[in-house]
Amino acid sequence: MSIRKTLVVIGNGMVGQHFLASLVESPIKEDYDIVTFCEEPRAAYDRVHLSSFFSGKSAEDLSLVEPGFFEKHDITVHLGDKAVKIYRHSKIVISEKGVSIHYDKLVLATGSFPFVPPVPGHDRAQCLVYRTIEDLEAMQVAAKISKVGVVVGGGLLGLEAAKALKDLGLQTHVVEFAPRLMAVQLDDAGGALLRSKIEALGVTVHTGKNTSLITDGEQCVNKMCFADGEELETDVILFSAGIRPRDDIARDCALEVGPRGGIVINNQCQTSDPNIYAIGECALWNGMIYGLVAPGYAMARTVVANLAGTEASFTGADMSTKLKLMGVDVASIGDAHAKTPGALVYTYQNGDTAVYKRLVVSQDKKQLLGAVLVGDASAYGTLLQYCLNGIQLPENPDTLILPSRSDEPVALGADALPASAQICSCYDVTKGQICSAINAGCTTLDGLKSETKAATGCGGCASLLKSVLNSELAKQGYEVNTDLCEHFAYTRQDLYTLIRVEQIKTFADLLARHGKGKGCEICKPTVGSILASCWNDYILKTEHASLQDTNDNYLANMQKDGTYSVVPRIAGGEISPDMLIALGQVGKKYKLYTKITGGQRVDLFGARVDQLPPIWKELIDAGFESGHAYGKSLRTVKSCVGSNWCRYGVDDSVGLAIELENRYKGLRSPHKIKFAVSGCTRECAEAQSKDVGIIATENGWNLYVCGNGGMKPRHADLFATGLDKATLIQYIDRFLSFYVRSADRLQRTSVWMENMEGGLDYLKSVVIEDKLGLCEQLEQQMQLVIDTYQCEWKTTIEDESKLKRFRHFVNSEQSDDNLVFVEERGQIRPADEQERKHFKLVEVA
Amino acid sequence: MSAWQTVCQLDDLQADSGVCALVSGVQIALFYMPQESVVYALSNYDPIGQANVLSRGILGDINEQPVVSSPLYKQHFNLNTGICLEDESISLAVYPVRIVNDSVQISVTETQ
Repeated sequence: MSIRKTLVVIGNGMVGQHFLASLVESPIKEDYDIVTFCEEPRAAYDRVHLSSFFSGKSAEDLSLVEPGFFEKHDITVHLGDKAVKIYRHSKIVISEKGVSIHYDKLVLATGSFPFVPPVPGHDRAQCLVYRTIEDLEAMQVAAKISKVGVVVGGGLLGLEAAKALKDLGLQTHVVEFAPRLMAVQLDDAGGALLRSKIEALGVTVHTGKNTSLITDGEQCVNKMCFADGEELETDVILFSAGIRPRDDIARDCALEVGPRGGIVINNQCQTSDPNIYAIGECALWNGMIYGLVAPGYAMARTVVANLAGTEASFTGADMSTKLKLMGVDVASIGDAHAKTPGALVYTYQNGDTAVYKRLVVSQDKKQLLGAVLVGDASAYGTLLQYCLNGIQLPENPDTLILPSRSDEPVALGADALPASAQICSCYDVTKGQICSAINAGCTTLDGLKSETKAATGCGGCASLLKSVLNSELAKQGYEVNTDLCEHFAYTRQDLYTLIRVEQIKTFADLLARHGKGKGCEICKPTVGSILASCWNDYILKTEHASLQDTNDNYLANMQKDGTYSVVPRIAGGEISPDMLIALGQVGKKYKLYTKITGGQRVDLFGARVDQLPPIWKELIDAGFESGHAYGKSLRTVKSCVGSNWCRYGVDDSVGLAIELENRYKGLRSPHKIKFAVSGCTRECAEAQSKDVGIIATENGWNLYVCGNGGMKPRHADLFATGLDKATLIQYIDRFLSFYVRSADRLQRTSVWMENMEGGLDYLKSVVIEDKLGLCEQLEQQMQLVIDTYQCEWKTTIEDESKLKRFRHFVNSEQSDDNLVFVEERGQIRPADEQERKHFKLVEVA
Repeated sequence: MSAWQTVCQLDDLQADSGVCALVSGVQIALFYMPQESVVYALSNYDPIGQANVLSRGILGDINEQPVVSSPLYKQHFNLNTGICLEDESISLAVYPVRIVNDSVQISVTETQ
């Protein structure tokens, strides 16, 4: 008979959580009752992307724990309760709140704390650290009453923290003891380039500075005095001068710790007590503390494997890193400082584009030992694979860092990698694992990500993952047919280009030049939509009418019984009582079912096709216009009430929403488009769930793009911050035009962006930096659509010949006798089958 | 017995599209392809979506068969045979139709 044992995990940080997530995937979880202590008031969150808290991410967004994770796996979690004592003899853990638990196995994942140099005055007011969400909240509070901020420490975390201070609107300085930034990862030249880039962003960098005293300032709260006699006045001081392992609980119970701290572990991650393991930043392996998350994850998996009785060891980890620091790409691989005897160094520096690359190569020029990349880290994936897998270098290794002057890609093809090559270091996914997932039928990037977890951590390996996928699919002879349908051997994007370049104005012309057959319900509406996007003709014009899909065809939304719903535009959701009454009167007169939509307008259901023109005549007379609810086009710009009324409003969200809705109304696009504008960061308009979301801040408008609700909800990504209205509109013009031009049929902005090579960064480079030199064209295209807007319903009811199509019968004034309504909650709805039979019997009788 | 009835004039039809006619109490969808000068007449009732809507579907061809696609759930029906391409056990009634001096005529078999 097996008796369940108890496993206690102290610490629910990134590594502690990774341990739990790995454990519940393993069969041995059945052997244990699992208990975890978490000192912080919230469970594990993403500390790597902590600075995104200041660019709009919430604590929930940063969470690493799936909702219901602890409940689902029956894990007892003590949140906000710190484990304070371990009695090894009786195997008991005691918490601050007095919880006492017997353990069979104990895992210490206590992490680290920020090192604060013991400078006199380090504990003065507004001297903070940067580690937890509570620290960030303290920074927010401090920033409100401050103008200047200093980060002590020019390493990886320090620069992240500097970005946070910058985002909080402080005049920002970085003070570093070493003579250059990121001294561990970069060499002098790389550090200098990074410095110039960061200074160009308005952050002042001071290197070689040893702080000797912090005291009262004259203009600011604090003054920092340096050993060289210089001084710096600042309000906030943020210490980010490295980390120290949290080993106090281990020391207290006499586990072996290193001379400079850290709980000593062996290759199985066991401490000096074999029933106690230590993982992550609190653990000292081979004299090393690993301050990165990937090695911590590897330790966590080692412990799970050992508990399961599998041979597994942690034997050190690669410390290569790639990240974007304040918008600057920085990467460091392996032996970046060329400490290996005989190592050869190649460097490439481009003063114009501010790119620096350094390769460290073995004496025989066969192996890559290390690399430094600043300004352009696109070669990271390839170089890391060379380095980790010992792949033989090309004859002239410098070709790997020299700019390619032809179109030939220098990237290491996926085929060159051995099956054991680690593609994703966050989740330790090898090429072999990815290939087997592909062979098992996982043939999309999204599918591979959810199946293998590759590219779902830092995302740095996404492009490599894609090339493995493509190369495997090609090997299997799998050819992706991207033809729109049997009538056109082109994609939607191709057709868009053909129509624009050849100035094609009708479907018949396009079909004659580039298609075959008669067309179908795929290509006709697609082409109809492209023609409308490009030339913005009236969509029921004789040559376009037969192309339109179900709803566009009658400028209304067909419901299950063949009746239609009618949605007039209520821009920004703002409507006067008189207009509301007019709407109600139409609904009442035609006995329509009325419902408020999610887009802040009113939907009137149950209109017969022959009733649409008279209904619209009345609506237009009352001052309404088409809401385009029937089109793949701009639907609504939702808004909160904004600064005109709200006590918290920062700007006039309703005014902007109305302006935007009127600007883009009628724009035909690959799929529907929704906007929202919130007047403050409380975000009542839910702008982050929209294709285009705008949030007012003290510094201007923040623009979010590519979110959506629906079947697969996606939060929008922050695209640009602190914009004035003119720039905001310019970016939206470009963004929408680029989407209309390059998206697939029925592809929403989210999927469009996710499938784009380079994703959000690429999109920014096109829209903000005009990388493709397209922006002027994109703006002109949008202007044409805006200038040629017409209310389709107004045009329709003014044209006798168009009204003919709205009769149910071509030869009778009768209406469809198959339409039967019953009453529910005081309004109509279509009768169900039972009710219909009953009704027919009554009629006949 | 069968008898040709004039239902409407040719210019009442919509090019490359459909209209619906009421003939002896039956709803018939008329589809007109001017390039081939051909008119098709089929039941207007979509047996899958259970509504009188087929005249509002999109016309086209799939594997060289002329088809209408239901505006509700997009199934295809062969305009010559009425058979549903997605489920051959489902088919629409097809009616003889002709154009005489710009009049559109249909023959509906009187069943009663």
